[in-house]
Amino acid sequence: MHRYALRRLAGAIPTIFIIVTIAFFMIRIAPGGPFDLERPIDPLIMANLDRAFSFDKPLWQQYFLYLGNLLQGDFGPSFTRRDFTVVDLFRTGLPISIQLGSMALTLAFVVGTTLGVCASLRQNTTVDYLVVGTATLGITIPNFVVAPVLSLVFGVMLGWLPAGGWGDGSWQNKVLPVTTLALPQVAIIARLTRGAMIEALRSNHVRTARAYGLPTYVVVVVHALRAAVLPVVSYLGPAAAALLTGSVVVETIFGIPGIGRYFVQGALGRDYTLVMGTVVVIGIFVILFNLVVDMLYAWLDPRVRYE
Amino acid sequence: MADPILTMRGLHVRFRLPDGELHAVKGIDMDVMPRETVAIVGESGSGKSQAVMAAMGLIASNGWVAGSVRYRGQELIGLPHRRLNRIRGEKITMIFQEPMTSLDPLYKVGRQIAEPLIHHRGLTSRQARPRVIELLRLVQIPRPEQRVDAYPHELSGGQRQRVMIAMALANDPDILIADEPTTALDVTIQAQILELLKELQTRLGMAVIFITHDLGIVRRFADRVYVMRRGEVVEEGPVRRIFSQPSHDYTKMLLAAEPEGRKPPVPEDAPALLDAGNINVVFHLGGGWLGGEAFELRAVDGVSLSLHQGQTIGIVGESGSGKSTLGRALLRLLPCEGAIRFEGRDLTTVDLRKERWVRRELQIVFQDPYGSLSPRLTVGQIVTEGLLVHEPALSRAERDRRAIQALEEVQLDPAMRNRYPHEFSGGQRQRIAIARTMILKPKVVVLDEPTSALDRSVQKEIVELLRRLQEAHRLSYLFISHDLAVVRAMADEVIVMKEGRVVERGSTEEVFADPKAPYTKALMAAAFAGTLDREAARAVAQQP
Amino acid sequence: MAQTASTGPAALSGADLPEAALGSSLWRDAWRRLRRNKAAIVSAAILILLAVASIFGPMLSPHPYDRVYPQYVRVAASLEPYPREDRIIPAFASAVSRARVEMGAVEVDGSTVRVPVSDDEPLDPRIVRYVDRSDLFDHGRIENLSADGRSGVMVAEVTRLRFLFGTDGNGRDLFARTLIGIRISLAIGLLASWVALAIGVSYGAVAGYFGGRVDGLMMRVVDILYSLPFVFFVILLVVFFGRNFVLMFIAVGAIEWLDMARIVRGQTLSLKRQEFVQAAEALGVGAPGILTRHIVPNTLGPVVVYLTLLVPRVILLESFLSFLGLGVQEPLTSLGVLISEGAANLQGGRWLLIYPSLALILILFALNFLGDGLRDALDPKDR
Repeated sequence: MHRYALRRLAGAIPTIFIIVTIAFFMIRIAPGGPFDLERPIDPLIMANLDRAFSFDKPLWQQYFLYLGNLLQGDFGPSFTRRDFTVVDLFRTGLPISIQLGSMALTLAFVVGTTLGVCASLRQNTTVDYLVVGTATLGITIPNFVVAPVLSLVFGVMLGWLPAGGWGDGSWQNKVLPVTTLALPQVAIIARLTRGAMIEALRSNHVRTARAYGLPTYVVVVVHALRAAVLPVVSYLGPAAAALLTGSVVVETIFGIPGIGRYFVQGALGRDYTLVMGTVVVIGIFVILFNLVVDMLYAWLDPRVRYE
Repeated sequence: MADPILTMRGLHVRFRLPDGELHAVKGIDMDVMPRETVAIVGESGSGKSQAVMAAMGLIASNGWVAGSVRYRGQELIGLPHRRLNRIRGEKITMIFQEPMTSLDPLYKVGRQIAEPLIHHRGLTSRQARPRVIELLRLVQIPRPEQRVDAYPHELSGGQRQRVMIAMALANDPDILIADEPTTALDVTIQAQILELLKELQTRLGMAVIFITHDLGIVRRFADRVYVMRRGEVVEEGPVRRIFSQPSHDYTKMLLAAEPEGRKPPVPEDAPALLDAGNINVVFHLGGGWLGGEAFELRAVDGVSLSLHQGQTIGIVGESGSGKSTLGRALLRLLPCEGAIRFEGRDLTTVDLRKERWVRRELQIVFQDPYGSLSPRLTVGQIVTEGLLVHEPALSRAERDRRAIQALEEVQLDPAMRNRYPHEFSGGQRQRIAIARTMILKPKVVVLDEPTSALDRSVQKEIVELLRRLQEAHRLSYLFISHDLAVVRAMADEVIVMKEGRVVERGSTEEVFADPKAPYTKALMAAAFAGTLDREAARAVAQQP
Repeated sequence: MAQTASTGPAALSGADLPEAALGSSLWRDAWRRLRRNKAAIVSAAILILLAVASIFGPMLSPHPYDRVYPQYVRVAASLEPYPREDRIIPAFASAVSRARVEMGAVEVDGSTVRVPVSDDEPLDPRIVRYVDRSDLFDHGRIENLSADGRSGVMVAEVTRLRFLFGTDGNGRDLFARTLIGIRISLAIGLLASWVALAIGVSYGAVAGYFGGRVDGLMMRVVDILYSLPFVFFVILLVVFFGRNFVLMFIAVGAIEWLDMARIVRGQTLSLKRQEFVQAAEALGVGAPGILTRHIVPNTLGPVVVYLTLLVPRVILLESFLSFLGLGVQEPLTSLGVLISEGAANLQGGRWLLIYPSLALILILFALNFLGDGLRDALDPKDR
């Protein structure tokens, strides 16, 4: 089991390198620099700025400089928010995004699997159709439609929850963004669980459990559910990635100062360091998360440990 | 006379399918006495499994059951699950055909055996453990104290089936139902499992319902037998009587379905068509930059043979013996080392793309009639595909003509040539596969388990067909099979393989009458126990 | 299935080739199963309807999608044409009242408005000027002049425009823009899906066909990319290389090819192992023959199914990019752009969000049901 973990970790490191490299070169190759959007700057000042940010050095040198800084935890200053370094911005933004994301993931997992299991146990009845129908809705309606609608209904019309903003981080501010973020994943996980449970309930080893007169809950939970949960666990990795993508929209609409919003602003404002920093952090985070998921999967499925 | 502990009366099982309704069991009656072994025999589609599944309440959700099944007077059909669960797993237990998938891969074996003990006897897992180890010992699993904590995928097929048996015996059941428990296992393992079952039955005094398609097993182990066909019981009675005096035609056909006849050896001066010397096929597995350790699998290890014109060499062995690999290697469908000569020409160095004749003169028929025909081509297209390669100048009408000829030769209606493979039965598909090879007029045909996936009655027809074709076209066959009865009927020379090596070889007569190697002896014993009785039975069955 | 017992191959002349009954291919079986699935058929019909509407609708619509009506900025959706009666009547009345004549009740009849007028003295024909001076009315005239010229009916024309879905913040007809939006979204959906298909199928087929190390490496890349939020990279792409229609669907396709590659590779691998492929090899069929006759036709099924599930994801993705402001450029619009405008205007113009959202949701629903139906039809055990 430990060798498995080490092997996965070893595979992860080159991936991070690749992400950083791709992000770096993509941005540098693209036309337009961070200062193009403002008034044309005096060429002398421009030259000074170039030197300060090392733009005058050849590309490959800049790359290694950046790598070196990264390893020391220095992501560089933000170009558009002049008073802050990227790390400063992350220090405030990252915890917020992580809170939102983990709450959304937990919500999605718990609600999604419950709905999926219920639907699978009552196949082709009203409950089943309801779940499948709602799931299709959840996948189909984009979150940038749901968000303003929820904000309008619960925030403005009913006034039960704040329409936006992070405020002081109280739970009322979290309800709407987390729900919006989680909705599509609830739908996907529900469908996934339902399909997996239906197949598990038809499988031979569940037939054996039934044939041995084991009580229904043992058959469903111990034998069927554990097998059915495996594909859902493998989906957690891509689910996290999808949540990060979704956070961009949700943070923008609800005005939440997380890194998703920084990313969009940085992209539109050509803030090199901020954008790259975001990509690197997100990449690292996702890879680590996938590692954890792989470990979880191996713990659940003994066949995988011996590959 | 004691009362039967299980009685079935008028049992019907129907399934609701998108294309209509399937009436799988059409009103059968059955009795099982305490301590007796009852066999239910039938081919695929006979409904034999569905009948007992209905008794155990295991019918799928799109099926429904009518009729009565009583265990010690208690009606089982329609019994609510909570009460049914007190009977199944405790008083009536079942073991299934596929040990690979019948055990839960995510839990240890010991825990799964303990489950019936925990839920029926109220033991805790700690209390159950010694009993589990005792059960493993009873089914002859070596080192049971360690195996208790193994996962199913760490055990072999035979061991998994033993584990299932242990689970079935845990609560001292009155009835054990065995649904084709040995079909998926190798012949030698089969014999061991059957012996184990017999011994346990005598020791523990339970009734056994044995479902199988193999009459040999019935003859050896059952007291009474029910013969089923298409959902109905066509005949029943004590085994001795059924085998010596079958009354129903279908029973007679089943008994007589063993392939008969022998192949006479070829004359001395028949030229050697295919010469293979010291063939090795090695697979390199594992390794790679993220895989485990690399290791070598010697699928074929130093095998030589010589096939003469008109001859049929039978290659027998169990799974993993390398016989199929050998067949494909000789046809250069797999890379191998060693010398292969065909009609004197060296086959190993030939460029297959230029020397197309190789693929015409040497052909192969595969085992799985369902997988060897391309599902999206019509039968006509499948059969004539070879012509596209080897006789590209033919017009479409010409090809069609040749397709008709080929189909007629294998006794299929040529009007069917625009149909698709899934519209045919297994036996018909195998005929199509044979037609596909014959249309090219080959000299050597490798037959890789051509009858193993077919019912006994169909097997016989295919064997007849192959014999006829061999005579008509002066073909030479390499007949690969694990079914010794068929090999004995088809081949004049036999090679026995085990784990890639040749264990014994000789003329069919010699090898079958007087096997020398211990492995061959074990194979023969496992396959042919009770042969004498069967031959006698067949002789009787053929009386008018 | 009848079997004729014959003793050997018979010689046949050209005339008596036996008739061959038509078989039922897997495609035909699937089509039959699909036809039984009402949801799928209805969905397909809806999609065709929307597609036709989006192609021909803008041409037939009285409002071009980029025409600005400065006097009708952000008007609500309405079946009744604008200006409404409750605006015409007082306006006409006040215009006519300047003529200082007796007025009856104002009536609006389509694009004509009339009011009976009368006076003690014969009506001066020049009073129509009061009407013509108003922006709203023109072609003022007096009809039904009585014999003594003292009463008649003042008639004028009002240009009335119908905005079924209302107008947006710039005064453009939302109905026409929604149709264009549907057209663009469907176009991008199909085109980007083809890009994803092209990349995914070739990648997957190569990986599956070569197998071994090549396959291992290629699939490892897919695994890595799959778990990354690839969207971020594509956003970078789009931001820095500009908002180009072609680039849009290349970018979107570039995100979604991963699943297609996986599916095709899985299919190719399992097909390679199938005996009918080996049988074809044993017959001497070359690689091109095997690919065209055996492998590709058998991959098509899952590919087609996945395609119908891919198109909605692509459309959603394009909408997402448009929402962020990275989508198609003005004056062209897509449903994503419309929705993002609608989301920004939620307080003052609810219809701006509702109609494009409904259109998008309808398309996505229909595609999902069609995809599910296809999946059930092509592989019935996969419920």
